[in-house]
Amino acid sequence: MPIQHIETNIKPLGDSALIVQLGEGIDPTIHEKVKNLSALLTNHPFEGLIEFVPAYNNITVYYNPYTVHSSIKGTVTAFEKVCTRIDHLVQQIKIDNSNSPRLVSIPVCYGGEFGPDLEFVAAYHNMTQEDVIRIHSESDCLVYMLGFAPGFPFMGGMDPRIATPRKETPRLSIKPGSVGIAGKQTGIYSLETPGGWQIIGRTPQNLFLPQMSPPSLLQAGDRIRFVPISPSEYLDYKEMKL
Amino acid sequence: MSVKVLHPGLLTTIQDLGRYGSQKYGVIVSGAMDSYSLRLANLLVGNDENEGTLETTLYGTTLQFEEDTLIAITGGDFLATIDGIIAPLWRPVLIKKESILKFNSAIKGSRAYIAFAGGIDIPKIMGSKSTYIRANIGGFEGRALQKGDTLPIGEANSVSKELVRQLDENNITWSINFNELVNFNQNKTIRVLKGTEFHRFDKESQSTFLEKPYSITVQSDRMGYRLEGPPISLSEDFELLSEGVTFGTIQIPPSGKPIVLMADRQTTGGYPKIAQVISADLPSLAQIQPTATINFKEVTLEEAEKILLKNEQLINKIKTAIHYKVFN
Repeated sequence: MPIQHIETNIKPLGDSALIVQLGEGIDPTIHEKVKNLSALLTNHPFEGLIEFVPAYNNITVYYNPYTVHSSIKGTVTAFEKVCTRIDHLVQQIKIDNSNSPRLVSIPVCYGGEFGPDLEFVAAYHNMTQEDVIRIHSESDCLVYMLGFAPGFPFMGGMDPRIATPRKETPRLSIKPGSVGIAGKQTGIYSLETPGGWQIIGRTPQNLFLPQMSPPSLLQAGDRIRFVPISPSEYLDYKEMKL
Repeated sequence: MSVKVLHPGLLTTIQDLGRYGSQKYGVIVSGAMDSYSLRLANLLVGNDENEGTLETTLYGTTLQFEEDTLIAITGGDFLATIDGIIAPLWRPVLIKKESILKFNSAIKGSRAYIAFAGGIDIPKIMGSKSTYIRANIGGFEGRALQKGDTLPIGEANSVSKELVRQLDENNITWSINFNELVNFNQNKTIRVLKGTEFHRFDKESQSTFLEKPYSITVQSDRMGYRLEGPPISLSEDFELLSEGVTFGTIQIPPSGKPIVLMADRQTTGGYPKIAQVISADLPSLAQIQPTATINFKEVTLEEAEKILLKNEQLINKIKTAIHYKVFN
């Protein structure tokens, strides 16, 4: 595949981080570039690189300016030195669609006590609860990034027919594993937190795995398929995990 | 060896320089609010700069020592006492067996750091000893200290042992000068760089932010400082997707009141960023008490880097000086 020159826009996020912008909006093609550059940074780290955080259409790169200065020659700023390294990596980005992403099945018990807003979402769209479950579980979603809480996926690709506004008054506490809808997004709460998403179900899967490496069940670039399960299967699953 | 918590204080947690490398999984960095004071506390007892210490907040903790222990206290001044006598700060201190170290209310700064020679002997989680309370991991059982907790203290190294020997002979008359690194004045100027969305704010808001004072509200914590002052507005509404943020990022939520992200910030944020506190001024910002006011001043990226590098060189110099004093 020919290497095309990719325009990048790198802006400083203070004196110890920068944002590499690879496009605009939420778009699987731009996300391929984000994934590609993430892999390049992992395989070719520069001296002074601390870590990086991929997002929808950019990557935030954290570095130690002192280490960058001591290890890369030149009189320019550490920011410029890092920019040069990153520009070099960006030119090696190859969009290769042959790489098939990981497909992760997420069992979800919809409705009832686990999904207190399923009824509202169904009524909002004049459909049955079964319709909402079918639509939510029949198309795959793409994990664009993790953030907000450990292991929390920001996903795209939910069927717009079940897009529902956030709750007017957020709940003070939402149980981990809760699957929710906020506008066109769907997500899974990984920790007990307050939140305003419409909760339609819950997964028995733990998303945050602090004793594992990596500490997250999901990673940016994964494809997600929600699999409806019954309350008894939910309990079986929980017991099995224990 | 161990140290017993007789009183936890307002909020006392184990922190090191933070948990790096897992932000892409949504795991927050945590770590010391005032990293300079933490690093110096560790150097003063012969530890690695990144060792876990106690960070105590505004109204401090009370500890009892099971054995003779070498410690150093840095950061804010809490009028700490050892068996009722004022404890010296910014230097190595040998605490005798059964002694009680008591912190009072902060009269200067808002966070003090207590380093123990040998460090705190707890496992690292994802490479760090820092406490992440919301996820219940790291630190002491993933939580703030409570009355009755017993902190295990690690094995002291040769530098620590030599410091103890010199302290036994009353040979240590020095302390370190922190004035160039951390500013403990209440009302101060915090230097910033323009944020990534600075140009999205209207002209009046841009100048207001850089000219008017803002106060630190009492709703400020390790996660973020909520500021009170003239509201800031965008020239026109726009939607920003969530993306990486960092320590010192200043976001403007719809209320128009700035929020400065601190050590326990989330890894990503979706509010427009008007400015970014320079890394060298984060420790000084961390030491501000609630209700104090700050003024923001814009500097260039070159200046910010220069100040940061100068501070790193100063810390290296202090490190060398301590070693020189220990072994000469």
